[in-house]
Amino acid sequence: MPAVQETVERVRLIDVDQYKYGFETLIESEKAPKGLSEDTIRFISAKKNEPAWLLEWRLGAYRHWLTMREPRWARVDYPPIDYQDIYYYAAPKQAVAPKSLDEVDPEILRTYEKLGIPLREQELLAGVARRPGGEAADGSPERARPVAVDAVFDSVSVATTFKNELKKAGVIFMPISEAVREHPELVKQYLGSVVPVSDNFFATLNSAVFSDGSFVYVPPGVRCPMELSTYFRINERNSGQFERTLIIADKGAYVSYLEGCTAPRRDENQLHAAVVELIALDDAEIKYSTVQNWYPGDAQGRGGIFNFVTKRGHCRGHRSRISWTQVETGSAITWKYPSCILRGDHSRGEFYSIAISNGRQQVDSGTKMLHLGRNTTSRIISKGIAAGHSNNTYRGLVSAHRRAVGARNFTNCDSLLIGNHCGAHTVPYIESKNPTAVFEHEATTSKISEEILFYCMQRGLSQEDAVALVVNGFVRDVLQQLPMEFAVEAQKLISISLEGSVG
Amino acid sequence: MTAEITPIKTAAESGLAAAFAALRGRLPDGAVAARREAAFRRFEAQGLPHRRVEEWKYTDLRVLMRDAKPLAGAPDAGARARAKAAGGVFAMIGARRVVFVDGAFAPELSDLAALEPGLKISSLADALSRGDPPPLPPLRAGEGRETERLAAAGPAAGDVAYELNTAFMGDGAIVEVGAGAEIARPLHLVFFYGAQRSAAVFSRSLVIVGAGAGLTLLESHEGPDGVDYQVNTALDLVVGDGGRLNRIKVNAEGGEALHLATLSATIGAKANVSDFAFLTGGLVVRNQLFVRCAGAGTTLALGGASLLKGRQHGDTTLLVDHAAGGCEGRELFKSVLDGASRGVFQGKIIVRPGAQKTDSRMMTRALLLSEDAEADNKPELEIFADDVQCGHGATSGALDENLKFYLMARGIPEKEAEALLIQSFVGEAIEMVPHEGVRDVLMAATLRWLGGRP
Repeated sequence: MPAVQETVERVRLIDVDQYKYGFETLIESEKAPKGLSEDTIRFISAKKNEPAWLLEWRLGAYRHWLTMREPRWARVDYPPIDYQDIYYYAAPKQAVAPKSLDEVDPEILRTYEKLGIPLREQELLAGVARRPGGEAADGSPERARPVAVDAVFDSVSVATTFKNELKKAGVIFMPISEAVREHPELVKQYLGSVVPVSDNFFATLNSAVFSDGSFVYVPPGVRCPMELSTYFRINERNSGQFERTLIIADKGAYVSYLEGCTAPRRDENQLHAAVVELIALDDAEIKYSTVQNWYPGDAQGRGGIFNFVTKRGHCRGHRSRISWTQVETGSAITWKYPSCILRGDHSRGEFYSIAISNGRQQVDSGTKMLHLGRNTTSRIISKGIAAGHSNNTYRGLVSAHRRAVGARNFTNCDSLLIGNHCGAHTVPYIESKNPTAVFEHEATTSKISEEILFYCMQRGLSQEDAVALVVNGFVRDVLQQLPMEFAVEAQKLISISLEGSVG
Repeated sequence: MTAEITPIKTAAESGLAAAFAALRGRLPDGAVAARREAAFRRFEAQGLPHRRVEEWKYTDLRVLMRDAKPLAGAPDAGARARAKAAGGVFAMIGARRVVFVDGAFAPELSDLAALEPGLKISSLADALSRGDPPPLPPLRAGEGRETERLAAAGPAAGDVAYELNTAFMGDGAIVEVGAGAEIARPLHLVFFYGAQRSAAVFSRSLVIVGAGAGLTLLESHEGPDGVDYQVNTALDLVVGDGGRLNRIKVNAEGGEALHLATLSATIGAKANVSDFAFLTGGLVVRNQLFVRCAGAGTTLALGGASLLKGRQHGDTTLLVDHAAGGCEGRELFKSVLDGASRGVFQGKIIVRPGAQKTDSRMMTRALLLSEDAEADNKPELEIFADDVQCGHGATSGALDENLKFYLMARGIPEKEAEALLIQSFVGEAIEMVPHEGVRDVLMAATLRWLGGRP
């Protein structure tokens, strides 16, 4: 079945030439010398005023990185990256660290306003709707729930909102560079405990040179009173962004976290290698949502962000739950596998993904669900849509350890091709070492229950309407995983019908 | 690592290298000496595959193949006598038997009388020693004589097991079915390992089904328990436009055997091809199928059932390459895993640019019967055409306790209830086999296997 016209139109609207966030902010910035060496790392560490243990940690990562090779197993093809031709640290020039928003360069504040992210709390409270990665919303009042934002501009966090309100609830939300100084015991305990320093080439590089990112700690029994979010912006030319996010939900805590990202339109490729670590203790729940909208390059494949990201959640406690939701539309190269380690008994991992590639984009994304504890469950829903000359790959692993009694997984990945110059690929690995583990994997739209279709058709719907109804109902399911602020943006992307899907 | 890793040669790799050096000139060569040499160089460049080699991720030959056995010599009288009963699994079918003992063609045990018009059967070793050009498959189906297609490479080219086979191939069957000939009587290739000590056998067969021709091909592999022999067998298959081929392979190798099998098939337009592999034997088994649909409008049905126990390792690896449009593919593979066995399924469907209207479905199911069994599934899709329907499904799990309870509540003892459920699970795959008699044979073999469960 070829794709329907409406779908083709929708995808065209988000084609690479339609990129809206490609402007550049002209401000003076301070950079580390170009290239990577122990001196660069010492420079970054000194800039951040870091304790000695962290510098040692970074240097250890760097020395290990020197022995590693860039992974080549993903279905992405890109020119070799010259790691000595990148600025590993770039920060807006400021005489002193800003104490409040009033001291932040107004140019930066304007940048975030242009992106639809006002950073002034009074504006937020006055009901200015915001949506990361999106243009102004329709502004209906019920949408205007406050969202705490950590704004990361190149290598530094420029502002974090609603810090005081969160403090009252006991929630720690601050740039990780600040957390290192203010809560060293927490950072020391958890940093690198989910993604070890030597995990993979890009994670190790990140461990050596990470500059900023968000740190969240939600104490036992606390339900975080508002959505937390970080908005990443790459601005500086020739620079890479290496952020590090660490989220800890203590026993019985709940937190929902959003991430948005954009970059200027440039002919050069810029590297983004982030690490995100989530830790959920007993009965805790973390929801992590991303709308990834880095600059995807132009229609000929010039420029665009190389996005090599390691995201992993650890359901360390019993009955804990981690849910990843991602809407991926940007980046020239996407290499990203948000995963869950299900160690606690009865823990649950979820992965909902919509990946849309266009132009010359290449997406290789998916997830890993590692079932270690008893009665752990996981669910993977992935929708890939490829158009133009792009390639879109789902790559995922579901595994049950020998002791993972009663593990349960359901995976569904659909892909849709628009045009005949693109490719859609599915590479699932399903490894079961326990007979009581029940794994189901399907990659086809024909799996819509015949019974449901029959039910609808019996009530007078045509088959197409019945399918549309079922598909819409299903997509809404994914949408509901997104916090309200993201839902509108995502809706636009997901309203794409999945008719004509191939496995 | 920045430094290039130079893997140390395993005992098996060194053994193979030594064997190849020693055999140079002693194998039936004719015009294939250069071909053997090139194949062995390609093998040497890669070495034995290990878990870092994506295609062999779950079957690490560096670990599973400890050494290289010497090439099997000519079979002795005892082996020949024992071979008379070989292939008995298909006795009821009344097929024409072509027997190979320890890899060598045994004309006195084969039935070559009164060949149907259009059917030609010969031995590879004869062809090679006569100096015929190497019988390698053509690039496109239905073109000229096989012996004229020198430089052509089949879909399995580059695979390590296949390259090794080319380097060491000794004997095998060359079967040609002339255009339009419908051979009613099934042809049974019997491969029997009769030696009492460890050795290695490399057999290579070529089956060419001409345009509009039809053939049912049975293949059985068996050998003694308690001898750790090694079999590397390959079949080059060419099916011309409108040809029909049904192949059923039964693997009942001895309990210590290593069995690597490769099917390298090129299929023309509007053909109808089915392949079914029934696996109960061997210790380490890899059955790999490389199927290329080169012509439009072909129907392909690939299936298999693996019943494993003890320390058995059974790997089914499948690559279906839709190079032309309008083909229909159905794949269904089931594995029943008992003891500490490991079942592996890797299936990849490729739809090339322009292969529109491809309709391909792949299903793989694993049933784990014990705490120590392991199932690894990797169904892959690689699609470059937008007007296609491709899907795959994969499941793994234990027997449904509810179903078992239902049967037991009706007075069926637990073991029998389990057997019934397993039988129906396997039966669904066996149903794919078009030949009724063969279906019965496979169901009976399933029951025998179930009877042997502790």
